[in-house]
Amino acid sequence: MAKMTMVQALNLALTQEMAEDDRVIVLGEDVGRDGGVFRVTDGLFETYGESRALDTPLGEAGIVGMAIGMAIYGLRPVAEIQFSGFIYQAFHQIEQHAARIRWRSRGRFNVPMVIRAPFAAGVRALEHHSESREAYFAHTPGLKMVIPSGPRNARALLVSAIRDPDPVVFFEPKSIYRAFREEVPEDEEVMEIGKSVIAREGQDLTLISYGAMMRPTLAAADRLTEEDGVQAEVIDLLTLSPLDDTLFTTSVRKTGRAVIVHEAHRSFGPGAEIASRIMERSFWTLEAPIKRVTGYDVVVPFFAREQAYLPDVERVLSAARETLRA
Amino acid sequence: MPREVIEIPSTIEYLTILDQDGGADPALEPELSDEFLLSLHRWMLLGRRFDERMLRLQRQGRIGTFAPVMGQEAANVGAAAALRQSDWMVVAFREAAGELMRGRTMEDLLLYYGGYNEGGTIPEGVNNLPTSIPVGSQALHAVGLAWGIKYRGKDDVAMVFFGDGATSQGDFHEALNFAGVYKVPTVFVCQNNQWAISVPRSRQTAALTLAQKGLAHGVPGIQVDGNDVLAVYVAAREAIERARAGEGATLIEAVTYRMSVHTTADDPKRYRTDEEVEVWRQRDPINRFQIYLRTKGLLDDEKLAGLEEDIDQQIREAVERAEKTMSEPVDPLVMFDHLYAESYPHLVDQRRELADALSDKES
Ligand SMILES: Cc1ncc(C[n+]2csc(CCOP(=O)(O)OP(=O)(O)O)c2C)c(N)n1
Ligand SMILES: [Mg+2]
Repeated sequence: MAKMTMVQALNLALTQEMAEDDRVIVLGEDVGRDGGVFRVTDGLFETYGESRALDTPLGEAGIVGMAIGMAIYGLRPVAEIQFSGFIYQAFHQIEQHAARIRWRSRGRFNVPMVIRAPFAAGVRALEHHSESREAYFAHTPGLKMVIPSGPRNARALLVSAIRDPDPVVFFEPKSIYRAFREEVPEDEEVMEIGKSVIAREGQDLTLISYGAMMRPTLAAADRLTEEDGVQAEVIDLLTLSPLDDTLFTTSVRKTGRAVIVHEAHRSFGPGAEIASRIMERSFWTLEAPIKRVTGYDVVVPFFAREQAYLPDVERVLSAARETLRA
Repeated sequence: MPREVIEIPSTIEYLTILDQDGGADPALEPELSDEFLLSLHRWMLLGRRFDERMLRLQRQGRIGTFAPVMGQEAANVGAAAALRQSDWMVVAFREAAGELMRGRTMEDLLLYYGGYNEGGTIPEGVNNLPTSIPVGSQALHAVGLAWGIKYRGKDDVAMVFFGDGATSQGDFHEALNFAGVYKVPTVFVCQNNQWAISVPRSRQTAALTLAQKGLAHGVPGIQVDGNDVLAVYVAAREAIERARAGEGATLIEAVTYRMSVHTTADDPKRYRTDEEVEVWRQRDPINRFQIYLRTKGLLDDEKLAGLEEDIDQQIREAVERAEKTMSEPVDPLVMFDHLYAESYPHLVDQRRELADALSDKES
């Protein structure tokens, strides 16, 4: 096994899937010769040629719309949107077609495509390069919405997304693209889409998060143990849609307390849905109100203030402690 | 007749006035005052020096990612110089040289790229829209502004800037189409700098020119030498005159070159050769114009040195002011400002929540 960053792990997934299956085609802005602005598609152009690592003209609707046609034709396009902030230029294609072709054609056609996009804040970027708007996609019937939290699960989930018979929106937390390395097996590894995992076991409180926010969440759990003698269970959602509510509602039935952490805006964010599922399935075992630690309901500020926008260990800790006191 | 030929306009004019050695074609040379010519030069040079300074600040980690103008000063300044104060300028993100000319301050640009929303402030009385990063999206705004101008019976124009890559976006085509249908006073300025990050102009479109993209929408197009500030200025002035006279929109393709990185996050060595860059360096818009000015007796070494010193000083002062702001503790609560005309209870609560978290951190 080699220690890899998330960028390298995603690259491994693409390289191997392209080797195995000639239906897999990567397309997007600067994904070919340049290897992608974050280098996730590095080397694909050299290895598989320009007909399998397509540098497209600058048009997101073009990228996604064309990928839909390719997918209907039986190919397995992996479209890169350079930053999730520019996915709106393709939103009509995603909502009106990718998500509905199976449904509209009564099962005759399907759209086995992946739309990859780096997302979320923390890299001192310009406007439109820091948003977490996964809710738009998780809210849309017919789409799957996957968000990895580290190199190893990123690789395994991307492989599954490519093989999935339905459209998967795959958001990559770019602040952890190179922040740390993990052992990633060279041999094939897949993870089931629609399944969350327990990242840390505990019985006093359930912390639920995903993506880059897993790091402050896990750090907060460690501090709760050290400073408060509290064992927090931490759930890494990995897939937002379809949401694996069995895992976290079961956990909450055990702990009676839940804190949800995400950097997406609070109102109508993923936390609202998660809290509702807990209310629906674990209400009678709750011992405290569910808390949300989230980005605020403001446009993500330019980078001088982005750290203040983002949930951090302290905010998670104080929400957890409030929950424990209740 | 079952088959006949429909005549459509199918030629594109190409305009250049200055040759590579700064000589002007006497038949095309516009009559411009010395003062005006010198101001074109000053703004171009300021744009270049400011860019160089920003690049150094970025490399030192004092500001974030930005998109240098270098090589496109003539396209920026030539077009913006044709506007009058009451006209509208709608920018993308590679127009700093033109924006400075139109009243955006260096200090604001530094703050903007230094990560401060304050840097997006547009001074009262300046009709520039703020930096628009989503490629091509702003073109339609210039059509809406122009529609308003026409509706109000004014003779102002709205000029919009975008790159060669932007011409692949649907928004660009919708903007041209709407502008054609409503015959509004919009001037489309495409800075064709040959590259959209790593994608060369030849892979952006199979069309011979970008200027011709107006034709299908009933909008005339012209291609100009974008490294010739006089040609850009003349083309822009003509388009503006047409627009003011109620004759509708024009698409100007300024053929230029991005001499530097796409943004400071980019490494052009991965996709283009030094030789190509060198060819364009020979066509540097500032050098060319300087030779012209020297030939006309408007510029010499001494004047240039004085000007450089002036510009340096101006930049130094702007950097000092911006760095002073950036060195002071930032007030994160500003993130709640300017979202709506008024605030709402959930935002008041969240603002208080952040304020409490901040004071906890201090104590
Ligand atoms: C809608 C959208 N897609 C992608 C990007 C990322 N991006 C920023 S600039 C750029 C290339 C733009 O090329 P061009 O229009 O030629 O302008 P230039 O950068 O050359 O000035 C890309 C792909 C973006 N900002 N907006
Ligand atoms: Mg360009």
